[in-house]
Amino acid sequence: MRLGLFIPCYVDQFYPQAGLATLRLLEKLGHQVACPSAPACCGQPLANSGHAAEGEVFLDDFARAYAGFDRVIAPSASCLLHLKEGLEARGHELAHRLHELCEFLHDVEQVQSLDAVFPHRVGLHAGCHGLRGLGLGRPSECMVADFSKPARLLQMVQGLELVPLDRPDECCGFGGSFAVFESDVSVAMGRDRVDDHVRHGAEFITGTDLSCLMHLGGLLARSNPHVKVRHIAEILAGEP
Amino acid sequence: MVTTHPTAAHDFLNDPKRAAWHDQTLWMVRAKRDRMAATVPEWEQLRETAARIKDHTLSRLSEYLEQFSARAEANGIQVHWAADAEEHNRIVHGILQRHGVRRLVKSKSMLTEECHLNPHLEAHGIEVVDSDLGERIVQFKKEPPSHIVMPAIHLKRAEVGEVFHEHLGTPAGLDDAQALTEAARQHLRGHFLGADAALTGVNFAIAETGGFVVCTNEGNADMGAHLAPVHIACMGIEKLIPKAEHLGVFLRLLARSATGQPSTVFSSHFLKPRPGQEMHVVLVDNGRSRQLGRADYRRSLACIRCAACFNTCPVYRRSGGHSYSYFIAGPIGSILAPNVDRQAHADMPFASTLCGSCTAVCPVKIDIHAQLLKWRQEVVQAGGTGRLKPLALKLTGFVLRRPRLYRLAGRLMRRFAPLAQKLGLDPWTRHRDLPEPPARSFHELMQQQRRP
Repeated sequence: MRLGLFIPCYVDQFYPQAGLATLRLLEKLGHQVACPSAPACCGQPLANSGHAAEGEVFLDDFARAYAGFDRVIAPSASCLLHLKEGLEARGHELAHRLHELCEFLHDVEQVQSLDAVFPHRVGLHAGCHGLRGLGLGRPSECMVADFSKPARLLQMVQGLELVPLDRPDECCGFGGSFAVFESDVSVAMGRDRVDDHVRHGAEFITGTDLSCLMHLGGLLARSNPHVKVRHIAEILAGEP
Repeated sequence: MVTTHPTAAHDFLNDPKRAAWHDQTLWMVRAKRDRMAATVPEWEQLRETAARIKDHTLSRLSEYLEQFSARAEANGIQVHWAADAEEHNRIVHGILQRHGVRRLVKSKSMLTEECHLNPHLEAHGIEVVDSDLGERIVQFKKEPPSHIVMPAIHLKRAEVGEVFHEHLGTPAGLDDAQALTEAARQHLRGHFLGADAALTGVNFAIAETGGFVVCTNEGNADMGAHLAPVHIACMGIEKLIPKAEHLGVFLRLLARSATGQPSTVFSSHFLKPRPGQEMHVVLVDNGRSRQLGRADYRRSLACIRCAACFNTCPVYRRSGGHSYSYFIAGPIGSILAPNVDRQAHADMPFASTLCGSCTAVCPVKIDIHAQLLKWRQEVVQAGGTGRLKPLALKLTGFVLRRPRLYRLAGRLMRRFAPLAQKLGLDPWTRHRDLPEPPARSFHELMQQQRRP
């Protein structure tokens, strides 16, 4: 399978190690992976701030750059959901070949085991767009059988212990420009999430979205510097 | 200067203990809702059924309204039509005037809040007593409700004690729920007995029967309506359902979604006036047909006012109902308000992280978070976000689309991140660290390895 890897702007700039881990994971599964360097962004920051019309061009750029791949993977549920919804609205068939990393591993590859060790207590932050948008798990509001694709993958990692949470899927308060324009509420929400993980003894907080993790990590650095954030790709790839 | 949601939220969060209490109190209601919904095996099917009944009704609203009004009139109910709040208030006042009403008891009605009925009637010398306990408390305090189901949820018990001490003469420092409720009960009983007319809201009006249902936990709608010689029921035109058999779907969803109760304590069915009583129904549009004509927002009219979206909303819980500029706060208020006045409520669609919990919890499956996103586009187009923010976003978009410029900007940003961190002047670094900037970006590393 020819895979296209989409590394969103802020992951590119601040978290190259998460991009590399995703790449290694996909190559380990025997895929040929290419990483076009443009477009840099999915356009979501514009759309969510009310400038969707100006964000449309990013969809054009994306569709052009990635049309030739069998499947396109991104280590970011939120960016991927934005691309998927945008392309779906246009009736573009590429929409159905886009996958968030965990979804790809779980649904397409149907991974049953992983060569990874991470002997730590880990809290899983269920990012809203992955959970409620892409259906990576059961949102706590929904009265259906419980499941979580990221949690299932994490359970394949040797030594990793998932900590329980009091509010397993409350939003962390990042919300894109919300984090800046509504910073008080954003920070209050983030602190409550951080406290939940710390209270349950998490040494690491992981998730499918570095946007949430950047926010939570930024708060942790000031309140609980011993607790770190890690993108799920790094843990699944067996990075230390 | 208009108080915007961020500034009001800032003030609310200035008392972190109280803010945490508010969050936990409402989260408890959400948790009760979860436990109660989980006991209904066909819960998701119920939601789907309710959504479809509402969609169907809204698609033929004019027909069902005519059917309802014809049946209601045949039952002996007097039906009135109000195009807007002003006409609604005029109609209600006209009825009261005809009967020489001096004292009116009201059960909870968000519609009369929307129409500002109380001040209108009070200006005409009519005493209005809100008989829902929470409503009565905020009425004493001269505050708007902070929540559409639990109007005084922002107040602690001791604060209610202070209000009652001032207005009902209870002992100072009374902080006992039982004693406070008893004081309210005695106080309200007198008003029920002495009222010349009763006004209630409507939860569901049934087109095929011409009857309507009012849900309360305190029985206050019944005490008002059964004692007074005149009963006026005010309803938005979207409260309609086609058949009596549909009630079961909605009554099973409403209380479970709202407060985690299997049912409201009272679900009172009104069909016709009792002998000697006059019964009126006022059907109010007040912008609803405009919203009905907006395809993107039409489904907001399916709302049954359970407030589950309030209780689940992490922003509402941490900013309080009074931080929103519209009398209906929370997620549903934020998609209803711009229909009324896009400029006055420009910040409401932005008071959300778009987490989607509102949509997932909604018993009638309104796509609330998607509608919030759509309103944002309209607010921006109407210039509702000022000049600076759009400019900054346009610049960001410009840079992100130009690979060379983007790489340069990225390098600069990583170089200056530690400085920004040290200065801590922006809303991000004031409370949060920035991530440790790497020497090279992902794509720079790829290029080094000469990969495509």
